[in-house]
Amino acid sequence: MSLLELKNVYKIYGELHALDDVSLKVEKGEWVSIMGPSGSGKSTMMNIIGCMDKPSKGEVLLDGVDISKESSKNLTTIRRDKIGLIFQQFHLVNYLTAVENVMLAQYYHSIPDEKEALEALERVGLADRAKHLPSQLSGGEQQRVCVARALINYPEIILADEPTGNLDEANEEIVVDLFHKLHNEGTTLIVVTHDPEVAEVAQRRLVLRNGKLAKEVINENFTGKIRFTDQ
Amino acid sequence: MKKRRMFIRMITASLMRRRSRMIVALLSIAIGATILSGLVSIYYDVPRQLGAEFRNYGANMIMTAADGSFTSADMEKGKKAVPSAELVGAAPYRYENIRLRENPVVAAGTDPEQARAASPYWLIDDGEWLQNSGELLIGAKVADSFRLKVGDDIELSFTPEAEREAAAENKTADDNYKTFRIVGILKTGGTEEEYVYMTMGDLEELTGVSDKIDLVELSVSASSDKLGEYAEDINLSVPSVHASLVKRVTASETTVLSKLQALVLLVTVVVLALTMICVATTMTAVVAERRREIGLRKAIGASNSSIIKEFMGESMLLGFFGGTVGSVLGYVFASQVSIRVFSSSISFRPLLVPITIIISIIVTGLSSLMPIRSATEVDPALVLKGE
Repeated sequence: MSLLELKNVYKIYGELHALDDVSLKVEKGEWVSIMGPSGSGKSTMMNIIGCMDKPSKGEVLLDGVDISKESSKNLTTIRRDKIGLIFQQFHLVNYLTAVENVMLAQYYHSIPDEKEALEALERVGLADRAKHLPSQLSGGEQQRVCVARALINYPEIILADEPTGNLDEANEEIVVDLFHKLHNEGTTLIVVTHDPEVAEVAQRRLVLRNGKLAKEVINENFTGKIRFTDQ
Repeated sequence: MKKRRMFIRMITASLMRRRSRMIVALLSIAIGATILSGLVSIYYDVPRQLGAEFRNYGANMIMTAADGSFTSADMEKGKKAVPSAELVGAAPYRYENIRLRENPVVAAGTDPEQARAASPYWLIDDGEWLQNSGELLIGAKVADSFRLKVGDDIELSFTPEAEREAAAENKTADDNYKTFRIVGILKTGGTEEEYVYMTMGDLEELTGVSDKIDLVELSVSASSDKLGEYAEDINLSVPSVHASLVKRVTASETTVLSKLQALVLLVTVVVLALTMICVATTMTAVVAERRREIGLRKAIGASNSSIIKEFMGESMLLGFFGGTVGSVLGYVFASQVSIRVFSSSISFRPLLVPITIIISIIVTGLSSLMPIRSATEVDPALVLKGE
């Protein structure tokens, strides 16, 4: 059974078919990137996979559960338990320190554990910035806090929306390396991106156009190795 | 770490690290709490303050003899029914018909100090207040009809009971005589102007009869309900005495008090409503400003109930701080009003501190309800769209 399966999914706003008969399977441990121009339906697909929206038609099976039929309350629970989100705009709570932002995800998930949160920050190389507020961190550092927050509850899927969209090249490399690490540890990654460089390092690339899956490219050269730091 | 500790850490961080934003909300709550606790202080202190003012209008309770006259021991027993802290003055009076230049005049014997305390509105037109034995305070009308002035020495005479029959039979009666110096002319606008006042001891000496009281005027600083209770107590415990209230004083006091208290209460309610509106507006702004944060919290798994809990916790903490500040400032406000209006300090009510804090927590909580409810309607997808 696939970890995530979309079966003939439609999302229709009046005349507009934001998603038009999309079917897709993502296996456990897979690293998939989704590309496409603006308005191609990427965000809609992200929202549906991220349990923040429901399809107009079709089935979305996450770990065997059809989330298209769940109430929004259950969706919150599923999102909390199975999905780690990373956003383009970093989105940290601006009055909480880095470690508190990571603990926030624990707080909603189960029980906050400062030690574990510090370890997660260490994994993204921010152990020494734990007590800093977001305003005292660079964009790259903020995004790494988001990664630490996304992985703290050991989600089934890490869902990243343009994770490098607001980062310079150096930080982009750090974040992509983090994805490699996570992938090597067996985390399933779905990364929505405009950036071909970020998309190409994934095992599989999907291209959306006008709400339809237009292209699927398997990365023949996928090594699973950390690209930048190993060079 | 316990969940509750993280919760407290979050809401305190939100208040402390967003100080500049929260200061407006805190200010509105604190001002509301200040006026609230100040007005409540005044509301409860008005009777005491005004009671003291009203004591300027003279006695509000009198003790008369149930039968004939009574003694000073009876008066002392009666006075015990009134707590000494509330007793402003208790003036005994004894009235006798005496003669001044062979004309009948009513003489009153009293305790000068107590008389002054019980009737502070008595005006000494000329001279000074009666103090010692041998001194006489005369009513303005007496002074007029006998053309007397301060500093004059006059002789008063009294016919004792035993000699009255002789007088009636036109025999020579053996009168008692005593010479007094007039020390003051009394103006009251009432019948007191027709009397002459001397110390109780002088009247006893003149009449040869001691320890006899006709009337005691009491000035008591208490509500009319309490006065009624005291009067009843006296009537029960001292059978030779009949205590009653001076209705024209007590009734007007009650009317003025209840009107003033109603006014203060009305202002308090209006202020409370205004505070609620102000806090609700501020909280609405706070929520609007934090839509993105709410969306984020929901995206990473916050349920509606935890969003409500967090915002409610924040606003209640805000209410707590505002209430604490307000209860302190409220006391300052009330004592300033008290000093300026009533020229006396206000008593500090410790109970008002927790009450103010609790009320401001409740008010802040209630007025935050609506904006917080709207906070739960924020769509977590907003965050992903990068708004």
